[in-house]
Amino acid sequence: MLSGWFILLLSTVYMAILFAVARFGDARADAGKSIISANVYALSLAVYCTSWTFYGSVGRATSGGLSFLTIYIGPTLMLLMTGVILKMIRISKVHRITSIADFIASRYGKSQLLAGLVTIIAVIGVVPYIALQLKAISASLDVLLLDSDAGFLPWWLDSTFLIAGLLAVFTILFGTRHLDATERHEGMVAAVAFESVVKLLAFLAVGLFVTYGMFGGLSDLFQRAAASPELGRLLQLDSSRAGTWTAMILLSGLAIIFLPRQFQIIVVENVNESHLKRAVWLFPLYLLLINIFVLPLAIGGLLHFQGQPFNADTFVLTLPLSRGAEGLALLVFIGGLSAATGMVIVETIALSTMVCNDLVMPWLLRSSRIGASKDLSRLLIGIRRAAITLILLLGYIYFRAAGEAYALVGIGLISFAAVAQFAPAMFGGMYWKQGTRAGAVAGLLGGFAVWLYTLLLPSFARSGWIGNSFVEQGLFGIAGLKAQALFGMSGLDEISHSLWWSLLVNLGLYIIVSLNSRPDAVEAGQAERFVDVFRHSTQETDTRIWRGRASMDELVNLLERFLGPARAQQQLSIFANERGTTNWRNLPADADLVHFAEAQLAGAIGSASARVMVSSVAQEEEIGLEEVLDILDEATQVRAYSRELEAKSQELEEATTELRAVNERLRELDKMKDDFISTVTHELRTPLTSIRALSEMLHEDPRMELNDRKRFLGIIVSETERLTRLINQILDMAKLESGRAEWTTSEVDVRDVVRESMDSLGQLFREKGVALSGELPETCPLVMADRDRLTQVMINLLSNAVKFVAGETGKVHVRLSADDERVRIEVSDNGPGLTADECTVIFEKFRQGGNTMTDKPQGTGLGLPISRQIVEYFGGNLWVESEPGAGANFIFTVPLPGPEEQQ
Amino acid sequence: MAHKILIVDDEPNIVISLEFLMKKEGFEVAVATDGDEALAKVASFAPDLMLLDVMMPKKSGFEVCEALRADANNASLQIVMLTAKGRDTEVAKGLAIGADAYMTKPFSTKELVAKVKSMLGVC
Repeated sequence: MLSGWFILLLSTVYMAILFAVARFGDARADAGKSIISANVYALSLAVYCTSWTFYGSVGRATSGGLSFLTIYIGPTLMLLMTGVILKMIRISKVHRITSIADFIASRYGKSQLLAGLVTIIAVIGVVPYIALQLKAISASLDVLLLDSDAGFLPWWLDSTFLIAGLLAVFTILFGTRHLDATERHEGMVAAVAFESVVKLLAFLAVGLFVTYGMFGGLSDLFQRAAASPELGRLLQLDSSRAGTWTAMILLSGLAIIFLPRQFQIIVVENVNESHLKRAVWLFPLYLLLINIFVLPLAIGGLLHFQGQPFNADTFVLTLPLSRGAEGLALLVFIGGLSAATGMVIVETIALSTMVCNDLVMPWLLRSSRIGASKDLSRLLIGIRRAAITLILLLGYIYFRAAGEAYALVGIGLISFAAVAQFAPAMFGGMYWKQGTRAGAVAGLLGGFAVWLYTLLLPSFARSGWIGNSFVEQGLFGIAGLKAQALFGMSGLDEISHSLWWSLLVNLGLYIIVSLNSRPDAVEAGQAERFVDVFRHSTQETDTRIWRGRASMDELVNLLERFLGPARAQQQLSIFANERGTTNWRNLPADADLVHFAEAQLAGAIGSASARVMVSSVAQEEEIGLEEVLDILDEATQVRAYSRELEAKSQELEEATTELRAVNERLRELDKMKDDFISTVTHELRTPLTSIRALSEMLHEDPRMELNDRKRFLGIIVSETERLTRLINQILDMAKLESGRAEWTTSEVDVRDVVRESMDSLGQLFREKGVALSGELPETCPLVMADRDRLTQVMINLLSNAVKFVAGETGKVHVRLSADDERVRIEVSDNGPGLTADECTVIFEKFRQGGNTMTDKPQGTGLGLPISRQIVEYFGGNLWVESEPGAGANFIFTVPLPGPEEQQ
Repeated sequence: MAHKILIVDDEPNIVISLEFLMKKEGFEVAVATDGDEALAKVASFAPDLMLLDVMMPKKSGFEVCEALRADANNASLQIVMLTAKGRDTEVAKGLAIGADAYMTKPFSTKELVAKVKSMLGVC
């Protein structure tokens, strides 16, 4: 039997451990050794899983089957949009955002009106949710104490109120321990992460106990469920509820970032943007783990309590208790307590910051009640503590009043739908520069009104607090205004219905009003800085948009009043260090300092109030909208220039690559020229060598034998001829290549050319015993060419042929033919033939065919290259067709003149 | 006993003049007109000194020189490279490969004879 006092003691001890964790986290943060790692950050996101998850999921699964999963699919999908969340975090860091109200207000020109509006919506939307947590703790206590002395407390004190009070005390200790009211609370984050582990372990423990201790494992449970027609339904995906699924996923996806506690944890408490990368997979994994046993528990509960009255929301407690496992029940209770306290603490801190900065401070500043007070940081803390107490009190009152009116899940979704109203103003503010304050206010008011009318008020009506005629018959009896079937839209469940209409009105008003209103200077500047946060991350733009005069003393005074003297001077010293001065008193009171002061104040009292305070001490010049846009435009131009520069340097790089390629080609050409000269040198020196050696010997030995003398002189003469021929051909080649050769073009009968060439070489052929035959047509069209040059080609081909065929058996045949386009001359021999390689090589300079030692001095290696140059000059071709052992057939063509040339 | 000289060149007229020149100086002379023949003659004729042209068909003078220097039996063979390409790189390459001396064509007959004699130690 569990005693009430024992449970209370256990709860208090658990809270004390939590507090110790928080103290440790704060101490480490103060020492500069933050314990907020990527894992801690990811775990702290699990503050999303409240007692509603812990107890309510099982309850929801008993009626809706798998549809409870939507509440977890939405956040998983939302976290995948890392870019969006990252941008939110970056904006918040740059602008020192303290809450979601601060975020929206800052974007739309640091508007106090918007900040207040968002705060009111958040408080109204979330207080029922806090009530829900109290209800969960209360319900779990009732189950534990079912059979024990329920009256262990005096009649004027009920257990839920006691718990609310305890929570208030702990929240105050967690969230406002520091005298300086800055936006981050590392100790709290550490405690929340710790609680996430506790609730996960507790839920897994009861899941394992029921699945494997009370039943025969997962397959046993699912088989039993499938066997029963009523339970089998839980395992089916109900396609008729697809609309609800979509709505639920959207709703929970928005809630994971827009619930004040989620925004606080994900955005405000983020210490390192890279932590988000871990959270993207670790948090969904956490959700998966905590949901694994939901369906087994639901089925187990329904099977176990068949035929008895039961409350599915408390299965996790009643199932272990039914087997007398009181220790496990206590662990589950602590897990539920973790889920509830984590949510309440973070949510209340986030809300109290908003209430303090965005509702109370603006009112105090306007009513100038605080003028005399020197140090306001204590006042700030006081306001927050009061706000925490008040919010929890409101939650308790709502819990008492609402009582059993609604199932747990209902209240949670109503809260989700309320914070979903922030979506248009938030996303629009981050990605759409044209979104204006007027648009945001109109959208929020419209969406909130629809939410109130279609969701919150009907829930009041269901509790019997107000008449339900507006639900049943419509407002003023107009059927189109039925609260849960607006304009005849029925058939949707109430949440989908409300979400559809409220977001439609919200988004529509936001866009239409934004397009029809003009932002002022501050707003336009903020819009630019929010949307392009990754470009404006330096303070340069900020300081350029501020112009005016400020006094150092007044700014310091302002900081000391709101941050406390010690912290103000500490921050000033850090700022002075960054600017290269050791003493902050020497700093100029310029735009940088003003901006720094405003950022510091924003961290403590929100951007809207900070703006008011700074402008109250500085004589600021009004800067017009046009001017702000100009300044921001300048920044755009600078970006354009840098893009241009980038393009230029790209071009330069390309030019360099091109130059390098050209240079490479030049180097190749240079090498070719070098090789050519080297080859020419070689060809010239070779005959010179014989000439010099032989002449020297003749010169030195006058008594040389006559035979030798004659032989040597013969060689000298022939080598000199060779040298002359070589020089002539080199010069000829050079002329042809440089285009300076002289051409005498006239009408030529190619048959004459062939005949003359054959005649002039006749002697040479006869000497070697080589047969030369010709095959000339009766008539031949005339070509336009240089007669002497054509003869040169012909003689070259014939002398090559006679050089390479064998004496006595050699045969050379010349064949002339013509068609409509060209004259074709073939010189074929029965010599050794050429390989495919040689067929190309022989047309290169100084490359001679074969290895014929005998006739070597006759060749210069330039004949064929020169012949080819000549033929190509007339527009023809010169090539060889040959195979080794099959003789060679040299062919060249000369084109006939075109019809117009003939005339 | 007369020293033996192997003349390797693919230009018949140069071979004629070198052969005459060396015989007149009292050396025993053999001739090869390409790289492969040169290697065969080194084995059969066992010359003391070799006048080796660089630009030759089948095997260049560089290849012949490398092949000879790879065989320790030919360590005492003196090699004089003859080239019509006067570039410094050719000279450097020839000496690096293992030639003992280098002459550029056209050469002075007196110088060539003096160099050959000094290398063979005949004065």
